[in-house]
Amino acid sequence: MPTFLELTHISKRFGGVQALADVDLTLESGEVHCLVGENGSGKSTLIKIISGVQPPEAGGKIIIESREYSHLNPVESTRAGIQVIYQDLSLFPNLTVAENIGVGQHLGGFHSVDWNAIRATAKRAMERIGVNLDLDVKVEDLSIANRQLVAICRAMAADAKLVIMDEPTASLTRHEVDALLALVRELKKKGICIVFVSHRLDEVLEVAERVTVLRDGKKVGTYDAKEMNDHKLAVLMTGKEFHYDLAAIDLSARKTVLSTRHLSRKGDYKDISFDLREGEILGITGLLGSGRTELALSLFGMNPPDGGEIHLNGKRLALTSNREAIDNGIAYVSEDRLTLGLVLEQPIASNTIVTILDKLKGFMGLIPQAARQSTVDRWVKDLSIKVSNTNNPVKTLSGGNQQRVVLAKWMATAPRVLILDSPTVGVDISAKDGIYEIVRGLAAKGVAVILISDEIPEVLYHSHRILIMRNGRITGEFEAHKSSEDVLRVAVNA
Amino acid sequence: MPENFARFRRSHEFWLLSVILILVVGLSVMTEGFLTLQNLFDLLTSYAFLGILASGLLVVLISGGIDISFTATASIAQYITMLLANKYGLNWFIVFAMASVVGIALGAINAVLIDRLNISSIIVSIATLNIFYGLLVFITGGKYIYSLPPWFSHGIYWFEYVDADEISYGINLQILALAVMFTLTWLILNRTNIGRQIYALGGNREAAQRLGFNVFRLNILVYCYMGLTAGVASLIQAQLAQSVAPTVLVGKELDVLAAVVLGGASLAGGVGTVFGTILGLTLLAVMQNGLILLGVSSYYSQFFVGLVILLSVSATALSARRKRKGVMTE
Repeated sequence: MPTFLELTHISKRFGGVQALADVDLTLESGEVHCLVGENGSGKSTLIKIISGVQPPEAGGKIIIESREYSHLNPVESTRAGIQVIYQDLSLFPNLTVAENIGVGQHLGGFHSVDWNAIRATAKRAMERIGVNLDLDVKVEDLSIANRQLVAICRAMAADAKLVIMDEPTASLTRHEVDALLALVRELKKKGICIVFVSHRLDEVLEVAERVTVLRDGKKVGTYDAKEMNDHKLAVLMTGKEFHYDLAAIDLSARKTVLSTRHLSRKGDYKDISFDLREGEILGITGLLGSGRTELALSLFGMNPPDGGEIHLNGKRLALTSNREAIDNGIAYVSEDRLTLGLVLEQPIASNTIVTILDKLKGFMGLIPQAARQSTVDRWVKDLSIKVSNTNNPVKTLSGGNQQRVVLAKWMATAPRVLILDSPTVGVDISAKDGIYEIVRGLAAKGVAVILISDEIPEVLYHSHRILIMRNGRITGEFEAHKSSEDVLRVAVNA
Repeated sequence: MPENFARFRRSHEFWLLSVILILVVGLSVMTEGFLTLQNLFDLLTSYAFLGILASGLLVVLISGGIDISFTATASIAQYITMLLANKYGLNWFIVFAMASVVGIALGAINAVLIDRLNISSIIVSIATLNIFYGLLVFITGGKYIYSLPPWFSHGIYWFEYVDADEISYGINLQILALAVMFTLTWLILNRTNIGRQIYALGGNREAAQRLGFNVFRLNILVYCYMGLTAGVASLIQAQLAQSVAPTVLVGKELDVLAAVVLGGASLAGGVGTVFGTILGLTLLAVMQNGLILLGVSSYYSQFFVGLVILLSVSATALSARRKRKGVMTE
């Protein structure tokens, strides 16, 4: 295949941080090339250099179809056929599908709008990739998956030869991901080069021919995707070996902490019965919309079931609010840590103690500063949260450390049942590992843990037992040490 | 076009139009004076000032900004222009050009502050409202200009028609200017690339920047257009009032904002149409006029206007929420 783009000796420094150090990369026409690396590995900087948003340092060369540049600007990059589809898609929700697709070709300058040309361009772009959307619908009325199609059509309208997709699958359901990957293969057939930037390694390997791994601004290497697997990639990305697999425990010897019997809620889930034992990590997985999160919210008192029973330590529990759940020793780490789990602008310390203000409060309901600080310091130390000052806002922390603050906040309530909903979304592999370790430590101390995730390896390697949910029902139960990724994948998608 | 009609039926404009029709029918039955040529003509003439400003503010709101300094801009444009017209004679063309230039210049100050310093437009325009207005009152001592050039006082009357009671109707300066400004605004928003860029900017500022739109130029255009409408509006107001009062216009900015928001424009940007703004203004005018004709105290009138805005905005928010739910479960 002909080389479309070649980067040699690309370096970039921001202040004291070496974002990229002497990186070489070649991209061929008609290939799907994945770019993986942890946060801060230099992926975004590399994309910015290719799209012309940032110039590389002197000595670097960018060769596009045998034309050499020392750096690009956004206009040159677009003209050379490079299009970036950002994670937020960069669409105009208030404009129609046609305008969003034709915006680059027809809305520049100061002259009258040629609506016919806009529609024709949009139609041609859609035909090229075989999608069919109503041209006159506003983008805000489309589903996320269809909005993504609009973004891809816009790239097609700009005559893209290289399409860079930044985390394209982050907010799609499995079904939609499959459709997107099919489309990517279609683009590839047309000789377009696609660069896929993704955190989800299983998807990366499904579609890519080559994988380039970056770590700390340096290129680790470019590999044939066929020779890679999740585990190998994780090692390359982090430079660390991970010890997965949880030692099996004898569940029958343990006391049951939480159990449900025929728990149902119309429209959410039906006939859910399971037992959760002391020190057990119970994984629950299933597709988006299988009822996992709704079930978790019910156990946390926020989504009352309309049938069946919940028992905690042998006593029947009828939760009507999350306050009651917390009082009964149930904690819930939500899926969406940014909006539901943390107050990002507030100090780390305040976020940590927010669940136990009642316990800490002293004279006249005021919070004694000494007690506040010692509590916070203890959690920061126990969970090894990397902070310079606990009075800085939580948003100054990395994703992994933010998630630790969320965990600290709930562990401060001394829960007997801890429900974790997708605890590692958007968290780096090495930070993920830290979170798993914390969870294991908690389980070893007797806390019963429910781990909800749509990443099969996550539940497989970090739970003792796994429940599969589908359309609101439990459709399978597996013991982790007797199961495998393939078995679970079949069960989930059955 | 049944599909287009179905789309229209779900729109904010359809809802507004229905409310206006109900009000008009109700007021026509309940009062004698409402549905008369004289009343409608007076309404159009006296709301032209708000209408022209509304067309300018609409453009600002669509771009994702806001401006409340335009009444002060209008006062300054009016004062300077009439002062010079009294001194040097001048003619229609020159006074309008002059008022427009003053308006555009003050609009440019807003645009530069908002864009270059990256301060939110509400803060900038609150500040410039006070600066412009404070300077004007300080320098003029708040003195009215009572005598205007005779040709100006006379105004314009086209297609004049005198009815049995010897009341004359026709296309006057106010109606003409209103029609011109609404048409111009519609053309800019729907028929030029700049108009679509303004919608795009209001819809997603970051995406507009990534696509290489010149955001500074767009801001200049938007706030200068607001200034231009303020300049034009200020003259037709002076002509109607037959005087220039530096303290009279400031305070009207919220009425204009009310009309535009009633018309479906969103303070979040990206949303709003000229047709909607016309309907919003009509609703405001019919309501205020109707309440007066019904003999309701003007304080109540304010209360009702507030209530209608609240209801309208709530209805829009609720339907948007329903729509979002629809998309989610798709």
